[in-house]
Amino acid sequence: MAAVGKTHATRWGVVNVVVVLYALFPVWWIAALSFKEPSTLTDGNYIPREWTWENYRGIFKTSEFTRALINSIGIALISTVIAVVLGTMAAYAVARLRFPGKRVLIGMSLLIAMFPPISLVSPLFNIERIVGIFDTWVGLIIPYMTFSLPLAIYTLSAFFREIPWDLEKAAKVDGATPAQAFRLVIAPLAAPGVFTTAILVFIFCWNDFLFAISLTSTRAARTVPAAIAFFTGSSQFQQPTGSIAAAAVVITVPIIIFVLFFQRRIVAGLTSGAVKG
Amino acid sequence: MAEITLEGVTKRFPDGSLAVKDVDLDIADGEFVILVGPSGCGKSTTLNMIAGLEDITEGTLRIGDQVVNQLAPKERDVAMVFQSYALYPHMSVRENMGFPLRLAKVDKATINSKVEEAARILDLTEHLDRKPANLSGGQRQRVAMGRAIVRDPKAFLMDEPLSNLDAKLRVQMRTQISRLQRRLGTTTVYVTHDQTEAMTLGDRVVVMRQGVVQQIGTPAQLYDLPRNLFVAGFIGSPAMNFLNATLEGGVLRSPLGDLPLEDRTRQALERQNAPREVIVGLRPEAFEDAALSARPSQGGPVFTANVDVLESLGSDAYVYFTAEGGSATTAELEELAADSGLRDTGSEVQQIVARLDAATRAREGAPVELLVDMAKAHVFDPATGANLTHPERQS
Amino acid sequence: MSMQAEPAGAPPPPEAKQAGQDRAALSAGARQERRLGWLLCSPAVIVMLAVTAYPIGYAVYLSLQRYDLRFPAQAKFVGLSNYGAVLSSTFWWQAFWVTLFITGVSVAIELVLGMGLALVMHRTIFGRGSVRTAVLIPYGIVTVVAAFSWQYAWTPQLGYLAELLPSGSAPLTHQWSALWLIVLAEVWKTTPFMALLLLAGLALVPEETLKAAMVDGATARQRFFKVVLPLMKPAILVALLFRTLDAFRIFDNIYILTSGAHETGSVSILGYDNLFTALNLGIGSTISVLIFIAVGIIAFAFVKLFGAAAPGAEVKR
Repeated sequence: MAAVGKTHATRWGVVNVVVVLYALFPVWWIAALSFKEPSTLTDGNYIPREWTWENYRGIFKTSEFTRALINSIGIALISTVIAVVLGTMAAYAVARLRFPGKRVLIGMSLLIAMFPPISLVSPLFNIERIVGIFDTWVGLIIPYMTFSLPLAIYTLSAFFREIPWDLEKAAKVDGATPAQAFRLVIAPLAAPGVFTTAILVFIFCWNDFLFAISLTSTRAARTVPAAIAFFTGSSQFQQPTGSIAAAAVVITVPIIIFVLFFQRRIVAGLTSGAVKG
Repeated sequence: MAEITLEGVTKRFPDGSLAVKDVDLDIADGEFVILVGPSGCGKSTTLNMIAGLEDITEGTLRIGDQVVNQLAPKERDVAMVFQSYALYPHMSVRENMGFPLRLAKVDKATINSKVEEAARILDLTEHLDRKPANLSGGQRQRVAMGRAIVRDPKAFLMDEPLSNLDAKLRVQMRTQISRLQRRLGTTTVYVTHDQTEAMTLGDRVVVMRQGVVQQIGTPAQLYDLPRNLFVAGFIGSPAMNFLNATLEGGVLRSPLGDLPLEDRTRQALERQNAPREVIVGLRPEAFEDAALSARPSQGGPVFTANVDVLESLGSDAYVYFTAEGGSATTAELEELAADSGLRDTGSEVQQIVARLDAATRAREGAPVELLVDMAKAHVFDPATGANLTHPERQS
Repeated sequence: MSMQAEPAGAPPPPEAKQAGQDRAALSAGARQERRLGWLLCSPAVIVMLAVTAYPIGYAVYLSLQRYDLRFPAQAKFVGLSNYGAVLSSTFWWQAFWVTLFITGVSVAIELVLGMGLALVMHRTIFGRGSVRTAVLIPYGIVTVVAAFSWQYAWTPQLGYLAELLPSGSAPLTHQWSALWLIVLAEVWKTTPFMALLLLAGLALVPEETLKAAMVDGATARQRFFKVVLPLMKPAILVALLFRTLDAFRIFDNIYILTSGAHETGSVSILGYDNLFTALNLGIGSTISVLIFIAVGIIAFAFVKLFGAAAPGAEVKR
């Protein structure tokens, strides 16, 4: 029996290693590129022969990258805050109150989440130029609402439905005012869901590329994914590979850290609502 | 501590349906009162109205001398134990139990001493700093009790507090709750759908059906003198046997044979102009093994039953047999059957159970002579469900 | 939830009656609740409509114009002629079939791989945490970053994967090989999401049902196909719908890997090029509207085909 158990464990172990390699290899590859000397860039090695910070120093020297990083963080944060605040209000109503039109709201947010962004690009391109918000933060935050708000509503209402609202009754009998019941009992229970939703929304905004290259034209509002695509080498004859790799690693690391820390919550958030009996 | 008075309390939901109708109930200071009935009978709604979690549509509710209809739950000074326990998952046991006191702005030292006192009584001292998620079902239940008792409220309201526990623990906690209530002397209103719990715990029991109070009385009164078919069928386990019978000149012609009525009963029935077709109710202990009877000749009518199943419990023996002649059916009995799940067993014939002395010689598949104690027989009007043999009707 | 099973035929509990109030006259409390519900939802609804319904309406308007951004003054209403031009153009159909190919193939592969991955995550005891974490990484990575990684991997004289191929081959410069590499990049990035959705579905299959099937003599294969899969159907459909609609919008991976060259462009790439390279707002908007319609048809087909299992339908209450 013990032997059988052992081969079993080994087999699963092998499968697990394969899965982990599959997930990590492209990440490792681009990280390795980012630490390579320009001269060894093309050697095709998985591990840099000589480690260097040169590429990182290079991108942080130019405002092309630093400005994009600020844009990325600012735009994603503001979009997340707006989406989560509006989403919390709507999701609370969906999970807690009885009113007609609730299902329409959920259906509508799902539909909008499935909206092809390219369909919005051409009208928004024209509207934003006319209104004068083309190539500004606002000009990107607006289209980001199309996916961040439905995502927030959908995820949050799934989380809020899990809160045992009986506790509100218990708190009332225990002598709490409605405000106290909310502050001391409901808010602490809702916070993890709100936080998780915020992470998911942030990742989505951080990831956007199509809007970012379509609705910006200068450094004023261009985010990192778009900026990378426009990177040129530091001289005309140099490929920007090293800089791109370094910039890619810089915007990947925070997300990976988020994912590692809040793994369980992110999984719950991603799958919530999607599979409810 | 206080008495609780309900006068004509009615709950009508926004769609017009009546959940609770015209309940009158006086609960004395320190009394333990049980609201019992099948699901949907309005018992929980009644409790929620006392707690202030639901509005009262009509009628008056007093706690102590104060009319509390319009007061918010926090102003009523009552504590409630929920079926789900409703423990705050983000607070430790200590914080959970101290929460009502914290809201009442009691100082920290007092909170601590009260919580520790309650924990000692409930045997929770070593768990005080754990979170509810790390407790067993029984421990969580005790924390919920603890949260209620630390406040020393005017009344405890308990909404099926034991129904999430397994059978054995439920019996243990039942005695513990009973002991605790007696020790604290706090007025308690307790909701359950389990008649055994109702009978064992309550000073008085209120039986409800479809929002209407059927009978209020001590457990013994409900058992011995049920006012109607519903109470008779709901209280007692195994349940009372019901048979269709025809009243003919002082004799009940029933599927078991002719059952002569006692004089007192006959006079009562005559005075009330009882209908010809009636339902006879016989509790399992109304039967006796004729072979073991001390007075077989004058004890009452004797009939022969073919034993289908014999359950020997050591102290008693339950004998199951069937009677020809169809089972008694009324709306009340249908509802009871549905509530206990009996209707799903698919039996068409009338199943009768008798509780006999353990010394009985009855065997499965063999006939046995049974004696009926007619003094314990009840006669019901099938149309109204009223117990025609109830003493209030006889006088 | 710890509701006791309601015996059949018993009168409904008061809570159930309460739920039916919409039809009857509303009490003041219920009306207030209604108003609060609408009030709380309205900001979200207004924003969502403003950012989608208005632009798409404007796109329809633009698509009926001849509108060249180099000569904005010459914009002119031309009716449906832009649609005629696009639908009779080989570029559109080329991009359309490429998009369908990428969508169909990648979603099919993702379903199979994702199911495998979900089973691994569900069954494995040892190293479960590390697998789950690793699987989340492709999900978290910015698509553009991953696309660059793949691009460098397949570029001759730079990448490790190109090294494995016969020398002189540049897979990203031929239509079919490039399409498969795009599918690969797409699959790598989104299989984890699929796997997580399926894993959640797997968790809904009761352990006891599987034990019962085992006792009834079902083999592992039969248990999977006859018990697990049917029970997971709703989860699978939701995952398929999400991924199909998402794959149909593919843009980032193609833009980085091939820029749509060598006939590898999707409809999104075509729309982008018409807008920003050809600067033709009228045609670009027409393509936008057509993509919107195509996505609508896919979503509608899913909902029609699978009815109650479609997402949104499970939002009871």
